[in-house]
Order: sequence, then structure tokens, then C-alpha cells
Amino acid sequence: MNPWVRLMSKNVANICIMLILPLVFIIIWFYLAKSIDNTVILPSPAMVLQLLSHPSENLISMGSLTNNIFISLLRVLAGYILAVMLAIPLGILMGYYAKIFQLFNTFVGLFRPIPPLAWVPLVLAWFGISSFATLTGVERGILFIYLNNIKLSMVFIIFIGAFYPVLTSAIYGVKNVKKTLIDSARVLGASESDIFFKILIPAAKPSIVNGMRIGLGVAWMCLVSAEMLPGSLSGIGYLITHAYTIARTDVVIAGMISIGVVGALMDTLFRIFEEKKFKWQRLIR
Amino acid sequence: MPEPIITINQLSKTYHTERGKEIKAIENFNLQIYVNNFICIVGPSGCGKSTLLRIIAGLDSASSGLVSFQGQPISKPSRDIGMVFQEYSLLPWLTVIDNVALGLEFAKQSRSVRLDVAVSFLKMVGLEDYARAYPYELSGGMQQRVAIARALANNPQVLLMDEPFGALDAHTRILMQKELLAIWEKNMKTIVFVTHSVDEAIYLADTIIVMSSHPGGVKEVIKVNMARPRDRANPIYGQLASQILCMLEEEVTKVK
Repeated sequence: MNPWVRLMSKNVANICIMLILPLVFIIIWFYLAKSIDNTVILPSPAMVLQLLSHPSENLISMGSLTNNIFISLLRVLAGYILAVMLAIPLGILMGYYAKIFQLFNTFVGLFRPIPPLAWVPLVLAWFGISSFATLTGVERGILFIYLNNIKLSMVFIIFIGAFYPVLTSAIYGVKNVKKTLIDSARVLGASESDIFFKILIPAAKPSIVNGMRIGLGVAWMCLVSAEMLPGSLSGIGYLITHAYTIARTDVVIAGMISIGVVGALMDTLFRIFEEKKFKWQRLIR
Repeated sequence: MPEPIITINQLSKTYHTERGKEIKAIENFNLQIYVNNFICIVGPSGCGKSTLLRIIAGLDSASSGLVSFQGQPISKPSRDIGMVFQEYSLLPWLTVIDNVALGLEFAKQSRSVRLDVAVSFLKMVGLEDYARAYPYELSGGMQQRVAIARALANNPQVLLMDEPFGALDAHTRILMQKELLAIWEKNMKTIVFVTHSVDEAIYLADTIIVMSSHPGGVKEVIKVNMARPRDRANPIYGQLASQILCMLEEEVTKVK
């Protein structure tokens, strides 16, 4: 057999296996929806598909699915980027210097078990409904609309969610660098900054990127809770809660599916990047 | 008599365990190493061989006594003293040639100089065809050859080797010993080679230092006066081996 044909048929077989469970799930959903026959409790897959197949259509006078997802993405990225910018340098320092680790570990560890949602009352008291627009002083125009949609309270909740996975993986990424690598760099004449930038960071990179991937997932999961906060009038999480109050379960499910798809997509992109960039890491095991 | 390149004077190293117990790893160790010598240090495991090498490299500090290089006390690693480790120590995310050029990169040499030098040392260890490969694509013996090339590319005066062939299979090990001697004869560096294999020490060394254990010290200094390449079938080889093995056995049974 031609190797290309063999590769293709192998891929087709793989895709078939992947599709079995989703198909079974949809069939069961279809029959359940039919027997319940109440679209508030369980709308049929066809209704939800109808919504998903027109993602740029205005829904329950709240804008389209795509528009709401876009606003949600902006919020997640704002909180996530802040978390990454703080957690990576802190994690690297904590991983390398025992004293800095001792200084921060207990303190940071105290906050780790607190679910992001538990911060809501405090965050509201602190930030209210102020947003990036309040911070930057932009008061009109299209930029205002977007900036005003990124509420500080939401960014904080998302920040908390993303911070810990990134921090932990940076700490352990650096801690697990083989001592021989550092020693051998030293005898070759490496300065302290060489050790940092040419040994520690590249060696810890796979672990850090893996933490960033997990952090993005958690940040995305914090979205719905963040968007339930007052001052929110848009976003996919808000769309879901609002649809619930007016008993549009089909919109709720379409929103949930969108969250899942976008999250999985981001995760896959990260994974492809990791596999491409860090081939050496899989192969040295 | 020429000046020794490395002088170890009254060296002692004590560790403290987590329970606060004091462990003497090395006590009252004296040794002079001369330029172009090939020294092998043999000793039972745990006798402080590796610790000694790490102190000479400047990676560990002595508890008391003095280790000096060309008359200057050693307090931190320097480019004049290179080291090859037992475990594979190549950076897995760099290609073979970039690994070999690493010391020159730390020395802020230009990329073209780095690559030129690295290629010449890769040729010396016979791996120029693997310049663009990654360490994980190489066998253990090849990786150690790259590590040797990397240490030599830095042009050190002294090369320390901590059981560099310990993880290799017997056949590869013998090949590597031959290659190391060829490299040593071409470059005429001073080599301090730690091993627990008596056979390896006799095959390689001008001078063998047999270490006592608990605490580690110099038990015996043996000059090997056999012409190279040495023939393992030579009766002198066997006599020397059994003599050293006897000394090591004393050290091992002493502990019990």
C-alpha cells in the first residue's frame, strides 16, 4: 500500500474512534429531549445546533455568540497576562533562591486554597464596577466600549485563577533542573546571569509553558463566575446566566458548548506549540 | 624539579548531616600534580574521590587546608580547570555543536569563532557528522565524547574527569579509554581522572593515587612505568592490578 494512503486511512480510523462517544452522547440527548418534551428542561440538539450554526446572530438582545466570546476572551487575556507576568519571574526566583522561596512560600501558600469565587465580595468592595476605561481615562469611542467591558473585579478573579498553576510550575521547573547542568556550566565559566538565562530558563521552559497552558484553562473556567459579577452586561458567561433567567435553556447550552470549544481550542494550540518546541524533553526520558 | 600545576595541602572536608552529625569525607589530603601528568584516583565508593574533584574544580569549598592552581588558591570555578561529569551533562535543548561551543559562548566569543573551534574539537572526537544532532539522538559513549570536546574547547590547563566512562558498557569503555589517551597525547593537558575501576586506572595513568576511605586520604602513590599503548596481557599489568585490588580490599573491610 502507498504510505500516504496508509497514513490517511490511519488518520481516518483515529478520527472515527474519537467521534464514537460524542455521537452516542448526542443520540442519547436527542432521545431524552424528545421524551421529556420540554425545551426549558432540555432543548433538542437541533435547537442548539441552530444557534451554534449562526454564531453572529443577535441572541436575546444581548449581541451574538461570537461578539460575547470575543469580549470574554479580552477579559481572560487581561487577567491571564497579568498573572503570567507576575508568576513566571516570581516562580523562577523562588525556584532558584532558597531564601526567596522561604520568604514567599508560606504567604503565597495561604492564599492558594481559596477558590477564586470566594474573593468576589472583597473584590467588589475594592473595585466596584471600575474598569480598564476608568484606569486609562478613556471616556468615549469604540475603545471605551471594549475597555469598559474589562472590569477590574473580573480581571482580578481571572488573575487569581491563572496565577497559581503558572507559579507552581515555574518553581518546580527551576527546582528540577539537574544540578549537573548547572555545575557543568559553572566549570565552563558561566556567570550568574548565564546560569539564569542560558541554563535555568531554557531547562525550566517546558514546565513553565505547561503551567501556562493549565493556567489558561483555569482562567477560562473562572470566566463564568467573573462574569456573574455586577457591572457585567456582556460576555459568554453573562449570556448564560441571563439566558437562564429568561428560561432560554437552548442559549445556555449553546453558550456552554462555545466555552468548551474555545477552551479546548486554546489548549490544543498550546499543546501543538509544546510538542513542536520541546521535542527534546519528551525524548530524554 | 618543575613547579606543580596543582598543589593540595592538608585538605580536609567535613559534612554535617541533617541530624547535626559530623562526617569527615576527606582528611589531611596532600598531593602535587605536575603539568602533563595523567593522574588516576582510585578508591572504594564513598571515599571522597568525587568531593576531592569538586573541590579542585572550585564547585565545593574545603573545610580546611589549601588547594591551589599555579600558586593561586582555588575558590571558584575557572576556565583553566575543565571537568567532565559521570552523568550526562549536555544541555538537551542545544545541538551537539552548540553544546561544544558553550564555554566559548560564556566567554563572549563571536559566533563564527565559536563554531570554528567547536567543529575542530568535534573532529577530534570523531563526531563532526553529528554537529546538528541533539544529545538525545546520541548513544551514551557519543554523549561523553561530546562532553570531553566541550571541556577541551574551553582550552583548560587541567581536565578533571569524574568517572566519565562509569555508565558505559565494557566494550565502549575500552574504546573511549584509547581515544582519551590519543587526545591527551595530542593536547598534552594535565588530567585528573577519578575511577573505581583498577583496570582503567592502570591502562590510563602515569600515576595512580589509591585513596583510603572514611575519611578519604592518600593511601599509596603508584607510578605506572609501562610503555603505552599498554597491553592488558602483560604480567606486570596483572601484578599491579592485584596489588591495588588488595589495598582496596583492606579499605573496604576496614569499614566493616
